[in-house]
Amino acid sequence: MSNNKKIYDKGIVFTGLVIFLALITFPFWYNRGIAAPAPEPELTEKAKAAKECVLPADEMKTGHMQLLNDWRNDVVRNADRMYVNEHGKEFNMSLSNECLDCHSSKEDFCDRCHNYASVKPYCWDCHIDNPKEKM
Amino acid sequence: MLEFAFKGSNKYYAWIVALLGIIGIGAGFYFWQLVFGLGITGMSRDVSWGFYIAQFTFLVGVAASAVMLVIPYYLHNYKAFGKITVLGEFLAVSSVLMCILFIFVDLGQPMRVLNVILHPTPNSMLFWDMIVLNGYLFLNIIIGWKVLEAERNGVHAPSWVKPLIYLSVPWAVSIHTVTAFLYCGLPGRGFWLTAILAPRFLSSAFAAGPSLLILLCLFVRRISKFDPGREQIQSLSKIVTYAIILNVFFLLCEVFVAVYSNIPEHMDHLKYLFFGLHGHNALVPWMWTSMALMLLAIVLLVIPATRQHEGILTVACLAVFAGTWIDKGLGMIAGGFVPNPLHHVNEYVPTFPEIMIAVGIYATGFLVLTAFYKMAITVKEEVA
Amino acid sequence: MESRRSFLKIAGISALGAGMHPTLNAFASGGSDEGSKAVVKRNKEALTAVRWGMVIDTRKFHSEKDLEPIIKACDKIHNIPEFENKDHEIKWIWGEEFKHAFPEKDSEFLPDKVHHISFPVLCNHCENPPCVRACPTKATFKREDGIVLMDFHRCIGCRFCMAACPYGSRSFNFRDPRPFIPEDNKNQEFPTRMKGVVEKCNFCAERLAVGKLPACVEASNGAIAFGDLDDPASDVRKLLSANYTIQRKQALGTEPSVFYIV
Repeated sequence: MSNNKKIYDKGIVFTGLVIFLALITFPFWYNRGIAAPAPEPELTEKAKAAKECVLPADEMKTGHMQLLNDWRNDVVRNADRMYVNEHGKEFNMSLSNECLDCHSSKEDFCDRCHNYASVKPYCWDCHIDNPKEKM
Repeated sequence: MLEFAFKGSNKYYAWIVALLGIIGIGAGFYFWQLVFGLGITGMSRDVSWGFYIAQFTFLVGVAASAVMLVIPYYLHNYKAFGKITVLGEFLAVSSVLMCILFIFVDLGQPMRVLNVILHPTPNSMLFWDMIVLNGYLFLNIIIGWKVLEAERNGVHAPSWVKPLIYLSVPWAVSIHTVTAFLYCGLPGRGFWLTAILAPRFLSSAFAAGPSLLILLCLFVRRISKFDPGREQIQSLSKIVTYAIILNVFFLLCEVFVAVYSNIPEHMDHLKYLFFGLHGHNALVPWMWTSMALMLLAIVLLVIPATRQHEGILTVACLAVFAGTWIDKGLGMIAGGFVPNPLHHVNEYVPTFPEIMIAVGIYATGFLVLTAFYKMAITVKEEVA
Repeated sequence: MESRRSFLKIAGISALGAGMHPTLNAFASGGSDEGSKAVVKRNKEALTAVRWGMVIDTRKFHSEKDLEPIIKACDKIHNIPEFENKDHEIKWIWGEEFKHAFPEKDSEFLPDKVHHISFPVLCNHCENPPCVRACPTKATFKREDGIVLMDFHRCIGCRFCMAACPYGSRSFNFRDPRPFIPEDNKNQEFPTRMKGVVEKCNFCAERLAVGKLPACVEASNGAIAFGDLDDPASDVRKLLSANYTIQRKQALGTEPSVFYIV
């Protein structure tokens, strides 16, 4: 309310700012120099033999989440369950029954990168992660 | 002005710390609910809404009641209320905040709450409820704040506040109308399927809200140098009188239609609430208590001598508040679900964790109310 | 891609208001990046209809036992959990006495048999579903073929649909259901649900998509017929024209797609 240019309680204000900055940058300086190397997802024999996924591997790496998101809308909301890629190859749009048919080891394939990137997709709360074995 | 909320007596700090403690306990129980799911509540497949949604419904009413100060002051130029409109508006702010929190804790997947905005669905009443509740929250924060700030500086509030004040009048009606529409548009729920549900909600709102405001005014007078004023309190008590009579009248209209028409789908819920159904009668004593409290309040409020006696008025306001709280915060939601649409009778009783989460939300509301009232009172004392 | 799609959806809604699903679907079709020739389509063997419907011939049920294999088939295929606590029950199809299945049609003078058998009840896949009207996120929606479905990914668990349904057909996951799915009664190919979402019968949309009839129909020994209500030559229409049938709570205007021969 006043036009006085003086900063009151300078000491407290600046100490507070320093503490705030220290706390908010904590993850950066705490993890300095100990960053883990990026993991490589491990392909199963079946996946290696198939050579190509739904999209080229690069696109899958960067965009599989968008693809899966589109798939779930297509399957659940539009009843379209068949995906035909640009080479004419057909896929049953099912995470558990199609994706995991090739990439049958969730631990070695999905989890490695997800853990590294610290993302926790909740797909597995419902979709069964090893449909061939026990739930 | 916010700095006023951080300066107070030891009693004030103790009250704040106590509220923070209760909020912490509530948050702990909410964390449990988040991990386990809503299974820690007493809700079931048949009674799928419970204590949370009932509190939300009741508090929407308390929030809407700010309009009972705004209309006389701004539309009828009743100057006396100018002193206390800000108290009504800040009560509305904390009530709406509690409403939003009660809806939030009732969600099974709260992290997805923004889906309501991402996939807007105008045919859903809940979509409109989100809009009106948030709108009302911001309207009251802005109006209350700007008017108080102007009072502090001894100037008129900026001219753009006026249209917002006028807008807040129909908006207050809308929050409780839309909330009633959540229930009264559902086929197969005979208890709620009534066109006077929204009017009923409004009448109980205009009884419960102003009665709480009277209690708050009396409390403010005791603990501070700011006196909301005897005339103001008496005018409020007349509003409470009309509203509580209307509320009981509407309730009796409902009873007549359901009982005289003898249509089981409408009558069974009232039977359950007031007499019990197939041996289930958990709410019966509550409902009769509610009726007794509301009738007692009507007697005390209608007679001028008792209404004008502030001690008796306090009792009457407590009776109105408790009576309408039982009616809406206990009976209204559970009563609509029992019996269920297949005519099975499965009762609902809230669990301890559920009540603790609700208490935590009430504490949050009171914390916000305390901070805002502290600000308002300090300004009032300053300019007095 | 998805953000562009969402933008179009929101733009479409703000421009034209509600109830314009055909346009939205037109925007939403296609699945992959622009320029590629990838397409998304229906399975060749999928069963399709204009409006799916069901006729239940209750004359073929003699006791509660006759319902058991039907309910069990559904429970197994859809990974329905079994809870000790009845409050948390998940039910897609189950048996009710006449007075509960048809509360407004009961009378003490009905034939004894009506009072003794158990009537299978399930989601009615209404033509005017109140649950779809109530849902604030379109997590529950009516598909073009009349099936009322749940999108579990989108459900926020507000349970407005449960209050709206006049048939008690919806269940809520009050806790994580997975540990409660019986070991010997589960389907590895179908997802489970997570805590905090609502679920109900889906008319076996996942089976229709691969050319199979609903599980309950298959397990019913001919007591339940399933077909296109829009096709006068379908089994269901033949049954409907040859028999007097009733629907649950017709007076509410929901227009159930499930009919009962009593």
